Amino acid sequence: MSATGIGPDRNSPGQHASRLCGKAFGAVMNVPEVPMRWAQSRLSGGRLGWLFVAPNLAVFALFSFLPVVIDIWFAVTGGSELLPQDRPYVGANNFSDLLTCGNYTDPNSCVRDLFWYGVWNTLEFVVIQVALMLGFSLLTAVVLNRKIVGRGFFRAVFFYPVLLSPVVVALIWKWILQRNGVANAAMEGLGAKPVEWLLNGTWAFSWTVFVSIWAHMGFYTLILLAGLQAIPADIYEAASMDAAPPWRVFRRLTLPLLMPSLIVVFVLGLIRAVQIFDEVYVLTGGGPGTATVYLVQYIYTTGFAQSVRQYGLASAASLLLAGVLLVLTLIQLRGMRSGERG
Amino acid sequence: MANIAKMLTATRGRGRWDWTDWASYGYLILGVCIMFGPVLWLAASSLKSESGLSEYPPSLLPTEQVRVSVPGYASPLPLFTIDAGERAGKQLAEIRRIGIQAQMVDPADPKAVIRVPVDGRTKVMRVHAAWDNYTDLIAKFNFGRYLWNTVFITTIATVLTLLVNSMAAFALSKYRFSGRDAVFLIMLATLMIPPTIVLVPNYLIIATLGLTSNPWGVIWPAVATPTGVFMLRQYMLTLPDDLIEAARMDNASEWRIYWRIVLPLSAPALAVLAIFSVMWRWNEFLWPMVVLSRSESFTLQLALNSFQGELTTAWNYLLAMTVLTLLPVTVVFLVLQKYITQGIASAGVK
Amino acid sequence: MSRLLSLAGLLLASVPAFAATPALAADIRIACYSDGNECPATKTLAERFTQQNPDIKISIDEMPYKAILESLPVQLAAGNGPDIARITLPGPILKYLADMRSNLKDAAAYEANFGPQLAWLRNGKEDHGIYGLPTQTTVSAPIVNKTLFDQANVPIPAAGATWDDWVVALDKVAKATKTPNAFAIDRSGHRFAGPLISYGAKFFDANGTPAVVDDGFKAMASRYVGWAKDGSADKDVWVASGGGYRDAFEEFKNAKIVMYFSGSWQVHRLETQVGDGFEWLIASEPCGPASCSGMPGGAAFVTFKGSKSPKESARFLEWLGSDKIYAEYMAMTSNLPASAGVQKMGVTYHLTPAGNEAMKAFTADITKLSPVAYQLQGFPYSSSLLNPIADRLSQVMAGQLTLDQAYDRITSDVKDSMAAIKP
Repeated sequence: MSATGIGPDRNSPGQHASRLCGKAFGAVMNVPEVPMRWAQSRLSGGRLGWLFVAPNLAVFALFSFLPVVIDIWFAVTGGSELLPQDRPYVGANNFSDLLTCGNYTDPNSCVRDLFWYGVWNTLEFVVIQVALMLGFSLLTAVVLNRKIVGRGFFRAVFFYPVLLSPVVVALIWKWILQRNGVANAAMEGLGAKPVEWLLNGTWAFSWTVFVSIWAHMGFYTLILLAGLQAIPADIYEAASMDAAPPWRVFRRLTLPLLMPSLIVVFVLGLIRAVQIFDEVYVLTGGGPGTATVYLVQYIYTTGFAQSVRQYGLASAASLLLAGVLLVLTLIQLRGMRSGERG
Repeated sequence: MANIAKMLTATRGRGRWDWTDWASYGYLILGVCIMFGPVLWLAASSLKSESGLSEYPPSLLPTEQVRVSVPGYASPLPLFTIDAGERAGKQLAEIRRIGIQAQMVDPADPKAVIRVPVDGRTKVMRVHAAWDNYTDLIAKFNFGRYLWNTVFITTIATVLTLLVNSMAAFALSKYRFSGRDAVFLIMLATLMIPPTIVLVPNYLIIATLGLTSNPWGVIWPAVATPTGVFMLRQYMLTLPDDLIEAARMDNASEWRIYWRIVLPLSAPALAVLAIFSVMWRWNEFLWPMVVLSRSESFTLQLALNSFQGELTTAWNYLLAMTVLTLLPVTVVFLVLQKYITQGIASAGVK
Repeated sequence: MSRLLSLAGLLLASVPAFAATPALAADIRIACYSDGNECPATKTLAERFTQQNPDIKISIDEMPYKAILESLPVQLAAGNGPDIARITLPGPILKYLADMRSNLKDAAAYEANFGPQLAWLRNGKEDHGIYGLPTQTTVSAPIVNKTLFDQANVPIPAAGATWDDWVVALDKVAKATKTPNAFAIDRSGHRFAGPLISYGAKFFDANGTPAVVDDGFKAMASRYVGWAKDGSADKDVWVASGGGYRDAFEEFKNAKIVMYFSGSWQVHRLETQVGDGFEWLIASEPCGPASCSGMPGGAAFVTFKGSKSPKESARFLEWLGSDKIYAEYMAMTSNLPASAGVQKMGVTYHLTPAGNEAMKAFTADITKLSPVAYQLQGFPYSSSLLNPIADRLSQVMAGQLTLDQAYDRITSDVKDSMAAIKP
């Protein structure tokens, strides 16, 4: 352990406060130097890559990949036992059970009606939520990109809800929207009739969209804002020299240049929207009726929250969901790559 | 039309204020109300007593009914103002209530008992913060212990996450080796599985390793986040390879290149991952609930939820608990907000 | 140097203590959840027990009910359970329960005391094990806002009045006092089972196989949906949530309903939260053609097979169940006793006069429970029969299903869960 290990951590934030601790840490982190040098002398460049991936890969294999393999086994077995070895093999029964419908647009005609309520609700939710989220994030980013006094403050305020746990987010809004909540008091104050915000299907659905945008918008706004700020100012100057109408500048110049950031926002936003669960589960419990039952809630209640756990069905549903998501992501990644090239 | 467009394109507003400036500030101030107002409302409500919470319309400040000591009565009596009749405007204290009649007494003349219909009177209220929502909650358990457990898990998991993920991201972005893309794709693919469904398989693995009721049982599964690897890799891809080549010329070891060159340069992306990791671990509830079954190893989230029964919900505790859990995150954010927002901005764009 | 010496001394001193630990017998872990103050009360008593039995240390882990419902079965499956847990639904963990009969000093007396409720922890009629200690009895019953009845000048329906009579009276009161809804039932199949049984629902066929939808069931279900439609029943309580339990206490507390069909566990909240807002009382159970039944219920401390100290666990539970201690426990937690001995002896609650009256009324309602109610409660997977009822009827109220479709769905949901238990 040499005394030279002072340097690198100076750059990472948060270490200023405990410089001593940082020094010790830096010293410890110089230790791998020796074995790594030895490994380097033995292995070619490519193999060395595996060495760096190894710790992550080991933990990943054990706690992320293996559970998915067990999940696949659950999906092809039945019963309510939890230990994989106790579960009887049932083949594709769970999948066919989920996918059997008289008429796919009418969940009531399906064997697993709640699954299909979940599918259609999630689809509607994703389309509306992702579009609105993109729109509002972009608008906010554009506004914040202007010469605004107190930009840092506004940026922080819009970002703040991102830090809250989904349960907290849901409780905050549940408290506001409940029958005797402040939202209804405000309605009456304005002379309107109080509304049962979470008891009317359309309202409840709209609120789940709103609350999820409220909670996540700040993150996407920041990504887009960074994208906007990375666009060199001289491009605009050239455009204004050409006396191009500003609206067209935005459409022809800004939007294309912002495309990479927009795609990142789109991919992340889509994955999150499809997996929407905690906020809604605490806020509406899927109600009224089944108006806000989304797919992951179906998976959770079927496999986890019932006294008879149908883990096979839940796992099968999760695999179907993952499959669709994977295809969508790959398409987007391809789009992103060609976008980068173009 | 041109004005809208100006608003959409301007990077630097110049000249005097036009309506787009008004619209921008209007939008932002409305945004502040919508983004921050609900949190403030929650915090204000958390200081209300149980009966204050069910008041409608809700009052802005926490209030409680005034009670007065009346000679001849053991405990203080609640005070009312009489609405109409010969005693209109007078303040009387209630002895007891029988059906739709109340027996009341004038504190100035405690001898005579007066009968008043219950709907002909108004409670006398005063501002009073119900701090006992908090003190009860904190007194219920060993707050320091749970705070320490949570801080321990959060810190260790975050340090490990940063280290392990950045090493992997370094390899995935700066080396060419067979199987590299497959590794990356498999990691990405597991992102698509909803986390709730792998809870049980994960627990079985943790149990096999003997890590139940152990903070490490919460820490290890959290370390190899695909999101973290994805984010860091995307960032490291943008670092110029020349720097690394130059270091190799100087006979620096690969470890040194990673530790002394790539890592410091990735500081913004690491900062983002750090704050996300802290946030994830701090807010985590379901997984610790499954892993940690002994109260001495509980996290704060778990302990604060432990009063949730089968049949009842106490809103006053629930609100106080919510404020307690979001407080530390808020403080950290206030201190670090510059780093966080700038870090995300610079990491996200690449 | 001196510091080093004292450190060494400390180490040496700790050696005998260390060696003594194995002799210092058992450390019992109890996974507990509270509806009121059950866990703190248990802790107080457990500390007293440890004073009398210094060889047994008891740790109580108070956790959310969600953890008992969702995590405990997973932990038990992986062999990581506690020694004792407080539970309500034995179904998913039946095979992990340990019979403590051989570890009890006087199993016969214990069984005589807790008889009916011990059966709820058993798996079928052939099972005679003693798996735990019931911590209370609950019973569902109507809670009435007497002030509203007084204001409307309508008498509270007497014992023997049917649900139809009740709704007529309640409607009258609601109309006269401008109360939004006449009554509400918690969104829970368990709560609704009482009215269903009163109207003749049997829940099981002659062989004891679940058969939920029958004529009695339909008679009550269609009535209730009708009451929800015309506004007598507060349907929002049921429709609001897509699944799971929701109570209507807030509605009752704020006088938005005249009658609240809930249960004995609400007494504590009624006392502290309604206060003198209005007068309330527990009325006698509404009737139907078949019976005047609510539903019994209760939680229990159960012991597990994986436990390393089964003897000590049994000793603690037997002590906690002894008449004097148990009566004290009931008074501390404001619960109704599950022990015949304590029921006879009587419990002195620390309640207001209204609360004491309520406890008496609930005790009287227990005597009216139908055998069907006991059979249903004694079925280890009762929640798999009851949850679909609440979920599907809510869908009818929300206009997503017709009643007939709901009947079909309830039948298939139940069949489905039963098939999952015995593949």
